[in-house]
Amino acid sequence: MSFPLLTATAVLPAVGAIVTAAVPAARRTTAKWMALGFSLATFALAVLVVARFEPNGDRYQLVESHSWIKDFGVRYELGVDGIGVVLIALTALLVPFVILAGWHDADPLENSSSRWRPTQGFFALILMVEAMVILSFEATDVFLFYILFEAMLIPMYFLIGGFGDRAHSGSDAAAATQRSYAAVKFLLYNLVGGLIMLAAVIGLYVVAGSFSLNEIAEARASGELDMATNTERLLFLGFFFAFAIKAPLWPLHTWLPNAMGEATAPVAVLITAVVDKVGTFAMLRFCLQLFPEASKWATPVIVVLALISIVYGALLAVGQRDIKRLIAYASISHFGFIILGIFAMTSQGQSGATLYMVNHGISTAALMLVAGFLITRRGSRLIADYGGVQKVAPVLAGTFLVGGLSTLSLPGLSPFVSEFLVLVGTFARYPVAGIIATSGIVLAALYVLVLYQRTMTGPVKDEVRGMPDLRPRELAVITPLIALLLFFGVFPKPLTDIVNPAVEHTMSDVEKKDPRPDVEAAK
Amino acid sequence: MENLIALLIAAPLLGAAVLLCGGRRFDRVGHLLGTALAATSFVIGAALFANMLTKSVDDRALHQKLFNWIDVGGFQADIAFQLDQLSITFVLLISGVGTLIHVYSIGYMEHDERRRRFFGYLNLFLAAMLLLVLADNYLLLYFGWEGVGLASYLLIGFWQHKPSAATAAKKAFLVNRVGDIGLSIAIMLMFTTFGTFAFGPVLGSVGETSEGMLTAIGLMLLLAACGKSAQVPLQSWLGDAMEGPTPVSALIHAATMVTAGVYLIVRSGAIFNAAPDAQLVVVIVGAVTLMFGAIVGCAKDDIKKALAGSTMSQIGYMILAAGLGPIGYVFAIMHLVTHGFFKAGLFLGAGSVMHGMNDEVDMRKYGGLRKYMPVTFVTFGLGYLAIIGFPGLSGFFSKDMIIEAAFAKGGTEGWILGSITLLGAAITAFYMTRVMLMTFFGEKRWQPDAEGHLPHPHESPKSMTIPMIILAFGSVFAGGFFSIGDRFLNWLEPVTGWDHGHAPISATTVTAATVVALLLGVSIAWVMYGRKARPVPVVAPRGSVLTRAARRDLLQDDFNHVVLVRGGEHLTRSLVYVDHTLVDGVVNGTAASVGGLSGRLRKLQNGYARSYAVSMFGGTAVLIAATLLMRAV
Amino acid sequence: MSPVNYLYLAALLFTIGATGVLLRRNAIVVFMCIELMLNACNLALVAFSRMHGNLDGQIIAFFTMVVAAAEVVVGLAIIVSLFRSRHSASVDDASLMKL
Repeated sequence: MSFPLLTATAVLPAVGAIVTAAVPAARRTTAKWMALGFSLATFALAVLVVARFEPNGDRYQLVESHSWIKDFGVRYELGVDGIGVVLIALTALLVPFVILAGWHDADPLENSSSRWRPTQGFFALILMVEAMVILSFEATDVFLFYILFEAMLIPMYFLIGGFGDRAHSGSDAAAATQRSYAAVKFLLYNLVGGLIMLAAVIGLYVVAGSFSLNEIAEARASGELDMATNTERLLFLGFFFAFAIKAPLWPLHTWLPNAMGEATAPVAVLITAVVDKVGTFAMLRFCLQLFPEASKWATPVIVVLALISIVYGALLAVGQRDIKRLIAYASISHFGFIILGIFAMTSQGQSGATLYMVNHGISTAALMLVAGFLITRRGSRLIADYGGVQKVAPVLAGTFLVGGLSTLSLPGLSPFVSEFLVLVGTFARYPVAGIIATSGIVLAALYVLVLYQRTMTGPVKDEVRGMPDLRPRELAVITPLIALLLFFGVFPKPLTDIVNPAVEHTMSDVEKKDPRPDVEAAK
Repeated sequence: MENLIALLIAAPLLGAAVLLCGGRRFDRVGHLLGTALAATSFVIGAALFANMLTKSVDDRALHQKLFNWIDVGGFQADIAFQLDQLSITFVLLISGVGTLIHVYSIGYMEHDERRRRFFGYLNLFLAAMLLLVLADNYLLLYFGWEGVGLASYLLIGFWQHKPSAATAAKKAFLVNRVGDIGLSIAIMLMFTTFGTFAFGPVLGSVGETSEGMLTAIGLMLLLAACGKSAQVPLQSWLGDAMEGPTPVSALIHAATMVTAGVYLIVRSGAIFNAAPDAQLVVVIVGAVTLMFGAIVGCAKDDIKKALAGSTMSQIGYMILAAGLGPIGYVFAIMHLVTHGFFKAGLFLGAGSVMHGMNDEVDMRKYGGLRKYMPVTFVTFGLGYLAIIGFPGLSGFFSKDMIIEAAFAKGGTEGWILGSITLLGAAITAFYMTRVMLMTFFGEKRWQPDAEGHLPHPHESPKSMTIPMIILAFGSVFAGGFFSIGDRFLNWLEPVTGWDHGHAPISATTVTAATVVALLLGVSIAWVMYGRKARPVPVVAPRGSVLTRAARRDLLQDDFNHVVLVRGGEHLTRSLVYVDHTLVDGVVNGTAASVGGLSGRLRKLQNGYARSYAVSMFGGTAVLIAATLLMRAV
Repeated sequence: MSPVNYLYLAALLFTIGATGVLLRRNAIVVFMCIELMLNACNLALVAFSRMHGNLDGQIIAFFTMVVAAAEVVVGLAIIVSLFRSRHSASVDDASLMKL
């Protein structure tokens, strides 16, 4: 038996979490370096996974399969396709930056004499989330996936509720209330989704007699398993509902701005760039593969909801006063694009959506982390409290602008490629939807540039004077991210080569073909 | 030879990268490096041009494919370049004028502590603009298109500490983005229609699709062109863009970037030729903007804004010519090139005047400057003569051609367009004469600046005057050089095609009419602003309704403000409210009702063991009863 | 005599016990009523054993007696400690089970 690479990639951060948590209270710095080391080692393993992966080989590779709960046919089954591989790489890539950016976010306050070890806990929780997210990208057993889908809520809950943003406008007590409100809201929303999904998972087992994605898909393809139309639709809705909350899709989105606003910037990145991706990923992997007919049936409604998300999220982002909530609403708009791409059911749409997940991860991380650096300096999240930062801290302002430009999908930065693919893919199938979604590019420019203008330009505000520019640690976080944005903007081929074959599989699952160009079709 | 094409773009791109990321250690050499790399680009362009001249007419286009950019399903985009007669014309204009303006900026920006960054942005602009004209497919063109938009944004807002500059920059980017929707949709339409968006295949297979589809693509391209080239209804950003440093206005907002829309339409000529409806709209947009810009230019007292109105109007000429189809394509480009010379020269002259006048921009506070700034006066004057179409100078040839082409469109349409272009020529002569008179002639109307210093006008340094002199040469001779023996026509015709049209009146008549219009405009301006008996007031008179409207850009901004800005603010605010109360409220309401219900249920748990026992007995009794009942049934 | 009569008696005893548990407040009395109910069940079990002619019912009755003895031990201990802490043997005084 070969080395279980996938398991190792997921277990390593989990081990790291335990080790980090066990570091004595006085050795905070050791714990930080340890967490960083483990996350980097995980990244190395993820690179190995990418290297071992043959884009044009079998659909699922590096497969591991063990019996787990025999009586219910639950198996510990792992395997990755091209979509999973790039998302594992994204997760493993972002976590070291998250850790580095949050280096001081969980230092105990100077006057605190608590014996509790917040620093160790913070980094251990981050690693735990990483482990679960990676494993959920690998799981090909529905039940295993479900467990991880739910279990990752626990560390996330503590990260949001336990380590809030220290920059807040009200009193400490008010901040604590808001924080716990945000954490509970996050938990409840996702638990409700999870509960409905659990029902659907059980229902699936009753109907199909198995939890294995491959077995069910094969049985469906060969005609052995014939689901009644209504059953399939109900099961699809059960799964989709949970994923739409996690993703999040309008109108199930309201937990995200609270959670991202109250959490520290690195945790906010973890939420939107890593954890939420599980939702969109699962739509591609489970909804389309297990319930192709129902997916096609629900497409019109989902496309409309995605369009609403795009426009609505962008409009609300324009109206925000809080930097982090603004970015959160921008993310809602972007998730609309991702979901639109998935359900456009064209290869451009789905490849674009997968790339979008990666690029949105990198670009939001860049923007949010710089915003976090900014907020830490001034101690306020309100846009109105800033002005003229550009004059005082030009590098910070410059990186913030690049992050913003990537958010508005400027060509040359990687999000452009994915956004344009999604738009083209959608347009080819639903021209009107494509045109409406295209209008989102103006709104994106609006919220990004208004944010930049109000915070960075204009006369220097007194409170901003003397603000230090980016420190070496912060530069180490932001430079690689920007380099990646530029690289994949001009040369996205490494990503598309991995993703394209996987998307072809998905397309054949739903038995859809790209619309042919009019000129060819006429011949 | 084709391998050089990428170098054209790479040189300024390298400059941008080094200057923007290199940090302070490049402060002392940054401007020299930036200028040298711009000049490198021009030299390479000239070499490619020379090489092209040696080849036969059919063999002049060069192609270079660097690598495959995006490849998903049938969606194929390459980073690949196409250099033909049309592109090289632009390359020479962009890198040539670009280099001159780099040189000019060395002096103009000498005292700005962020000069290195300014040159970085200028280099970035050059790279993006060259990419725009060299791309061999629409998606790559879009890349350059947005790249110049970014550079324009950064440069308009270069003096970011001024809120007005930051706002103008944002406005320019946003309005351009509206146009970009058009370009995006055009590319999508091409992809769904032809399965590709590379120039060759798309323009080559135009005949295989319906006219309706081509009209749609054409209109979308026009929308894009309107945004970038400041055409009605997306023109409002150009006036505000004058907040940027003057060299930027000269390079980006006069000579090169704003003409990208003309390039797009001429490049997509095959599509427009097959879609007469789209062409008609193009012509209308051009004609309306021509008049719009001219009227606005007449009323502005800010020298740069007056010139901006003029730019808008001149580009209206080009768009109109491009909308005429093969009759006009060549002349649109020819006017574009000559306009590049004289308008850049005029802007640099304006910059030179401002440089000597403590950055005062109000022409009512100039006057009598010809004695103090002789070089500026002469070069500006030559540019002025060129733009109004003084016989023998560049503008005369190129504008005359467009007016002829407009008549040659034939029928009523030809007469209407011809008259509009003639009227436009008269107004151009009027407002440019006004600028000239108010600035260089008449009494001194100098006012002390905010700190109480009276300006001491002086000639600008050599680094600024030399580019002005070179551009003045271009303004004088380019038109004649292009027209002798139809050089420009023969050069571009293989790419754009050419058609005589059917002129209802002879070329001589048109020329005569043009000269009459010109004289009319100049003399009206002389009567109003030139006579000693009627000095120009320092404070602007109230003026007629039209003047007041024109000062406010014909109320377009007010419309935008009321409808888009205010309306948008209300929309977002109400949406924030809806999100908080309605969408979130439904969820919170559900939570609250569940909570209320459980609160009531909780009262059943009173803690008395006996009442629990009752419910246990009761429950058991019910169960037993049910069982017996089921048995009985 | 028909064994059915024993069942009637058992039902009667059970009802008396149940009523006592539900209505009386004194913990000792409640406790005794519970014993009464248990013994009613025992009686029924023995009666059924007789009716069906096998010994299962009688065996279960023995089990019940053993468990009841154990329960008496624990129950009395609880009642005594409650009485010590509250100086009352009324079941309604101990309503700590509510939220």
